[in-house]
Amino acid sequence: MAFNFPAFSYIIALIVDAFLIFFSIFHVIAFDELKTDYKNPIDQCNSLNPLVLPEYLLHLFINLLFLLSGEWFSLLINIPLILYHIHRYSTRPVMSGPGLYDPTSIMNADVLTVCQREGWIKLAFYLLSFFLYLYGMIVVLIAA
Amino acid sequence: MSNLPPNPYNNIPGAPQANTHTGPQMFANQQFGQVPLSQLPPGFAGLKQDANSNSPLHLPPSTAQNSVLQNVNNYNQSASSSPAFNQPGMLPPQQIGFQPSPNRPPTVKPTSVAPNSNPLPPLSSANQSSVSNANSSSYPPNFNQMQRQINDNASPIVPSSQYNQPLMNGPPSGPAGPMPPTSSPYPVSSKHFSPPPMAMRPPSGGPGFGPVQQGPPGPVPTKPPGPQGLLPNQPNIPFSGPPRNSPLMSGPPVSGPAFNGPPMPNTTIGQYAPLPPRPGQVNGPSVLNAPPPTTGPGMRPATIPPPTGALPRNGPGPGQPMPNPGLMGNPNMMSGPQSLPAGSQGLPSGPPSLPGLQPQMGQQMAPPMTAPPGPPIGPMSGPPKSNMQGRYPQMPQSNYANQQPPMPPQQPMKQYPQQYSTQGLTQQMGQLSVTKQGFDQLWGHQMVDLLQCRHILPEYPEDPPEIRLGHQFTESPNCSPDIFRCTINRIPETNSLLQKSRLPLGILIHPFKDLNHLPVIQCATIVRCRACRTYINPFVYFVDGKRWKCNLCYRVNDLPEEFQYDPVSKSYGDPTRRPEIKSATIEFIAPGEYMLRPPQPAVYLFLLDVSQIARDSGYLQVVCDTLKAQLEQLPGDARTQIGFICYDAHIHYYLMSDGLTRPKEMTVLDIDDVFLPSPESLLVNLGERRELVKELLTVLPQRYSTPGVPASALGAALQAAYKLMAPTGGRVTVFQTCLPNVGPGALQAREDPNARSSKEVAHLNPATDFYKRLALDCSGAQVAVDLFLLNSQYSDLSTLSGMSKFSAGTVYHIPLFRAQRAWQAEQLTRMFTRYLTRKIGFEAVMRVRCTRGITIHTFHGNFFVRSTDLLSLPNVSPDAGFGMQLSIEESLSDLQQVCFQAALLYTSSKGERRIRVHTIALPIATTLPDVLHAADQQCIVGLLAKMAVDRCVSASMSEAREALINVAVDVLSAHKLAQNLPAGSLSSALHAPASLRLLPLYLLALLKRKAFRTGTSTRLDDRVADMCDMKTLPLSSLLRAVYPDLYPIHALHDHTPREHDDEPSPDPPRLQLSAERINSNGAYLLDDGETMIIYVCHAVSPAFLSDTFGVTAFSQLPDDARTLPRIDSEGSALLQAFIDKLNDDRPYASNVLLIKDNSPSRQVFTERLVDDRVESAFSYYEFLQHVKNQVK
Repeated sequence: MAFNFPAFSYIIALIVDAFLIFFSIFHVIAFDELKTDYKNPIDQCNSLNPLVLPEYLLHLFINLLFLLSGEWFSLLINIPLILYHIHRYSTRPVMSGPGLYDPTSIMNADVLTVCQREGWIKLAFYLLSFFLYLYGMIVVLIAA
Repeated sequence: MSNLPPNPYNNIPGAPQANTHTGPQMFANQQFGQVPLSQLPPGFAGLKQDANSNSPLHLPPSTAQNSVLQNVNNYNQSASSSPAFNQPGMLPPQQIGFQPSPNRPPTVKPTSVAPNSNPLPPLSSANQSSVSNANSSSYPPNFNQMQRQINDNASPIVPSSQYNQPLMNGPPSGPAGPMPPTSSPYPVSSKHFSPPPMAMRPPSGGPGFGPVQQGPPGPVPTKPPGPQGLLPNQPNIPFSGPPRNSPLMSGPPVSGPAFNGPPMPNTTIGQYAPLPPRPGQVNGPSVLNAPPPTTGPGMRPATIPPPTGALPRNGPGPGQPMPNPGLMGNPNMMSGPQSLPAGSQGLPSGPPSLPGLQPQMGQQMAPPMTAPPGPPIGPMSGPPKSNMQGRYPQMPQSNYANQQPPMPPQQPMKQYPQQYSTQGLTQQMGQLSVTKQGFDQLWGHQMVDLLQCRHILPEYPEDPPEIRLGHQFTESPNCSPDIFRCTINRIPETNSLLQKSRLPLGILIHPFKDLNHLPVIQCATIVRCRACRTYINPFVYFVDGKRWKCNLCYRVNDLPEEFQYDPVSKSYGDPTRRPEIKSATIEFIAPGEYMLRPPQPAVYLFLLDVSQIARDSGYLQVVCDTLKAQLEQLPGDARTQIGFICYDAHIHYYLMSDGLTRPKEMTVLDIDDVFLPSPESLLVNLGERRELVKELLTVLPQRYSTPGVPASALGAALQAAYKLMAPTGGRVTVFQTCLPNVGPGALQAREDPNARSSKEVAHLNPATDFYKRLALDCSGAQVAVDLFLLNSQYSDLSTLSGMSKFSAGTVYHIPLFRAQRAWQAEQLTRMFTRYLTRKIGFEAVMRVRCTRGITIHTFHGNFFVRSTDLLSLPNVSPDAGFGMQLSIEESLSDLQQVCFQAALLYTSSKGERRIRVHTIALPIATTLPDVLHAADQQCIVGLLAKMAVDRCVSASMSEAREALINVAVDVLSAHKLAQNLPAGSLSSALHAPASLRLLPLYLLALLKRKAFRTGTSTRLDDRVADMCDMKTLPLSSLLRAVYPDLYPIHALHDHTPREHDDEPSPDPPRLQLSAERINSNGAYLLDDGETMIIYVCHAVSPAFLSDTFGVTAFSQLPDDARTLPRIDSEGSALLQAFIDKLNDDRPYASNVLLIKDNSPSRQVFTERLVDDRVESAFSYYEFLQHVKNQVK
C-alpha cells in the first residue's frame, strides 16, 4: 500500500468536492430565498457572484489533478460540467464584476427556475462524485 | 399645448381643487347616481331598508313587475335562439360586415330623436331584430360600468375636495369632465347621457344626473331630457309606477339634514372625507323629471312631487327597477349600459344624441351575429345608425333596451343562469355541425376567412371583448380596460389548455393613468386579507355580515366594524355599499404603517449636457424657457427642491444659497472621483429661491452659447446626481445630445452605419453595465432617472437607456434635434411641458397579486423587480405602462374566476402616502374554442411587442421576428384544431376566430416597426428608442404606433356629427393602411401618435384645398409644412377640430406634417402603409399566404 499521486488527487478531490457541495447548497438556498421574497435580489447577487469563479476554479483544479494523474474515467465524467461552466460564463450578462447573476434579470421566472434547477443538479452531481472519488481513492490505494 | 385645453392628460396640480369647489353641484348629482351602484350579494338582499335613506334602492320590492319582465325576457330569448340554428357559423366576409361603409352613419340629432324615435319598439318587433343576441344581452358589460365609475364620477363617498391633487388627475374644470373620453378609443362617459336610460333609470339616476355629469355645464340646464325621454315609453309600460315614488319623497327630507351635517360624526369610524356631493344625492330623485331642480338641494322638496305627480306613468320606470336593492344591485348601473346604445358612449355629446334605443346594432360585429342571412340583415344594418354604432357594436345592449325598455336591473342576473345552461347545451351539441354553427354565432364564436376578407380593419375602434363573470359578480364593476387588460378574457383552466391555444397569457396595466374621477378613501384601517394582504375589492365573497372571503387566497377574514358603516345612509349593516366594493379602481390614503420614512418631498434635479454638440443643437434655450414657464406648475408642496448640474468635460454645479443674488457656478475638474463641492444649496427649495432659479435659467443658455469642448462626462454627472439625491430621493432629468466619451461610463461608437439595414442587428445589448448599476443604486435611493436623448449622432441608447430602465424612468428620444427647426423645438416644448406638469408619484412600489395557481412569469416595463411580485418604482408617471406575462402553475378548474390586483403605493407630490388599487376579475374557460374566442387581440399584440423586444436583446432580431410570425401560425393552427377544420393546405381558406382576426395584421405591422424591421435602413438609436417605447407605452399609444390610424379628411364634413353647433367633432372612419385606399383625389391623415401626417393627393378638389388650406391650387400647397395654415373657413376649422380631437387622448400633442403626393419626402408616408409590400417585407396578403402555408 503506497501513497501515490492518483491517491493524492483523489484525497484532494474529496476535500474540494466537499466545498463544492457546500457551494451548491448555498446556491440552492439563495435562490429559494429569492423565490420566496426573503431577500433583495441586489444583495443576493452580491453574495452569489463572488462565489461563481471560485467554484469553477476549484472544479477545474481537481480535474487538472485527474488529468495529471491519469484518472481518465473521473476526468471524463467531469468534462461535460467543465464545458457547461465555460459556456455559462461566456454567455453571462454584461457586467463589470466577476460573476453570473444580474439583479435586474434574475427575478425573471425563466432565469430563476434555470438557476434553481442548476443548483439542484450540481448538488446531486457533486454528491455522487464524492462517493465516486471515495471509491476511486480506495481502489487506487488498494491497487497500490 | 395651446390647442389642448381639455387634454385629460394634462394634470394641473392644484386646479382640481378649484374644480371641486366650484362645481359641487355636478358632483352632487353624480354621487347620487352612484349610490345605487352597490352590488349586493344575495345574502344581503334587502338587509338594509333604511327609512332614512334617500336612496331609491330602498323602495319596496315589486316582485310582480320583476317576474313579468323576466318572463318577457325569457320569451324573447328562446325565440331568439331559433334563427341561429339556421345560420352557418361562418359567414362570407361581405356579410360579416367588416368592410367600410362610405360614411359613418350620420348622428341622430338629439332633439328629434328624443321624442320621436321610440326607443321601445313593441316587444315582438324587438324580438325580430335582435334575436340572436338576446343571450348575450343579459350580461351587463362590466367594463362599461367600470369605466363609468372611473371616469365619470367623483368618488361616491369621498369627495375630492380635500385631497385635491390626486383625486382629479384630469383636466380640472367642470366642462372638462366630458372631455376625456372624447376621442379615446373607449369613451365612456357619455353613456349616461342618453336619455333612454333615463327612462329606465330609477329616479335617482334621473336625467338630471346624466347631463349634469357630463354635459358641458352650459347646455345642461336647458335640456329637458327627462320628460321627453320618458314619455315615449309609457305605452310599453304596463306597470303603474307612481306610487313607488312616494316613499322616495319621504326619504329625502329626512336625509337631507343628516347629510348636510358634518360628514363625520364619528371619527373613529371609517373616516371618509367630507362629501360635497351629498347634497346631490338628496337631490337626485327630484331631478328625474324636472331637470332644473338639479341645481340645488334646496329645491328638493318642491320638485319631488312633479316626478310622481306630473308624470304618473313614468313611475314604473324609475320605481320599478329597484324593488329590492339586494337583488337588483344598482339600477343605475344596470340600466345604464343596457339601455344605452352602445354607440352613444363615445360621444361627448352623447346626451343629446339619444341614439340609444335604436334597434340597430354595431356594424362590425352585429351583422354576423344577428344576421340570419336573409331579411333580418336589412333592418339591422341598413337603417342609419347612431354615429357611434360602428364603434360600439354591442348589440346585446341595444336589443335589450328595445325589448324591455323600462326594465332593468334584475334581468341580467336572473337571466344569467338560464343562459349558462344554454352554454352547456351548446357544448353538448358540439357534434351537430349545423347546431354548433348556429350556437357559435350565438356565442360570438364566428370565424373569418382572412384571405377573403379584404376589409378586415373595423372602421371605428372596437371595444375589447367584454368580460362576463359568473352569477354573483355579473354586475361587479370590473377594472377599466384602459387600465387593466388581459390577453385572454377567459383564463384557460389549465396550463395545457393554454399551451394548446398557443396564445400568450399576460396582463397589461397602466396603473397610474390620469383618471378624472377616482374614489379616494381615508380610513383608519385599510381592509386587507390577513394571509395574502389583498385589498378588499368588488370580487370578494361576503360570508356573512361580519366576514369576507379573499378572492385571491380564499382565506376568510373578519370585517372590521367600521367597514359595515355605510357613509351614504349613515347606517351600519351592508358592507357592499362601501366604495371599496363598488369600484374596482380605488385609492386609499395610507396611514402611518405604510411609510418606512416620512414621505419624501418632491426633488427635481436637471442634468444638462453642455458639450459642443449640445450647444450646436440649441436645446438648452428651449429647455430653460420651458422650465422657467412651467416652474409654478411643477408638482410639489412647500418642500419642493430643485437643482441643476451642467456637464461637458467637467461638471458644473450651481450654488443658490441664501445670501447670493446670482447663482454661483462651481466647476469640478476631477471627473474620475466625483464629489460635491458644497454640502448644501445645490438643491434648493423652489419656493424660497424661485428668483434665483429663474435667474439661472435665464443665464444658462447664454452662458453656454459659446463654443465648448467636444466631450461629455455623463457618467460622472450621474454619479454626482446620485450623491446629491441619495438622501431624499426624487427625479433626475438628463438631457443628453451625444455619446458620453470621457470619465466613468465613457462609451465607444459601436454602430456600423453600413449595417443599418442588415438582417442581424448587433449591439442591442448594453456595452457596459455602468448605467445599469447606477440605476440600481438610484433605485435603492428612490431616485429615478429620465433621459431626454436629443442626439444628432449615434449615442448608444441601448447602453444609456439602462439608467432609465432600471430606475423606473422614461426615455424620450428626438433624433436629429435642432432647435432651429421650429417644429422640433415645439415638439420638445410640448414633450417637456407635459413631462414637467404631469402628476408624479415618488418612492413607489407596485405589487401585483394573482389568484392562487397563477404566477407572474416576467415583467415588462421600466422598473426594478424587487421580488417575485413587487416592482420598485422610484418614480411613477401617468404615461408609463407595464406588462406581465403569466403562467398557470396549478389547475384552476375548481375556481369560478381569476382575479388580479395591482396595488401601487406611492408618495404624492404633496407628501401624502397613497395606495391605488386596481382589481380585475376574469372568468375561466374550459374549452379551446372558448379560449380562442375570448382572446383580446390588441392586448396580445401589446404583450407580444414587449416579449419580442426581450427576445431581440436576449437572442437575436431574426429569432424575435420569427417568433412573432410563429405566433400567428400557431394561433391559427390551434384554431383549426379547435374547430376540426380540414387539415393541411387542402382548404383554400385561412380561418381565424373573429376575436383574433386582426392579429396577423397587427403582427405584420409590428414586424415593420422601426424596432423590428430589417432590410430598411434604420439608425440603431431609433431602433432602440422604439424598443423602449414598446416596453413602456400604454396599450392605446402602443397600438397607434404599431398600426397607425389613417383617416380620409377630404370629406370631413360628411363625417361630422352636428349635435353641438358650437363644437364640431369630425369622426371619419379609419382606413386600412394600404395604398389601395389612397385615392388620387383625396387627402388623408395618418396618425401614429408621434406625428400626424397629412397627405394630400394631386387630384384633390380645389374647393377642398381652398376651404381647408387656403390655397387655390395643388401646386401652391406648401410641401413638408409643419403647421397648417389657420384660415377662417369651415374646412380648416373642421380639420383643426379633428386634430384637436385626436390629440385629446395623448400626453402631448403630436407633430403635424403636411406632405404632397409628389413630394420627394412622401416616403415618410408611404413607408407607413404597412399592408403594402416594401422591398424586403411581406405585404399583408403575402403574409397571410405565408402564414397559411405554415398552418398545420
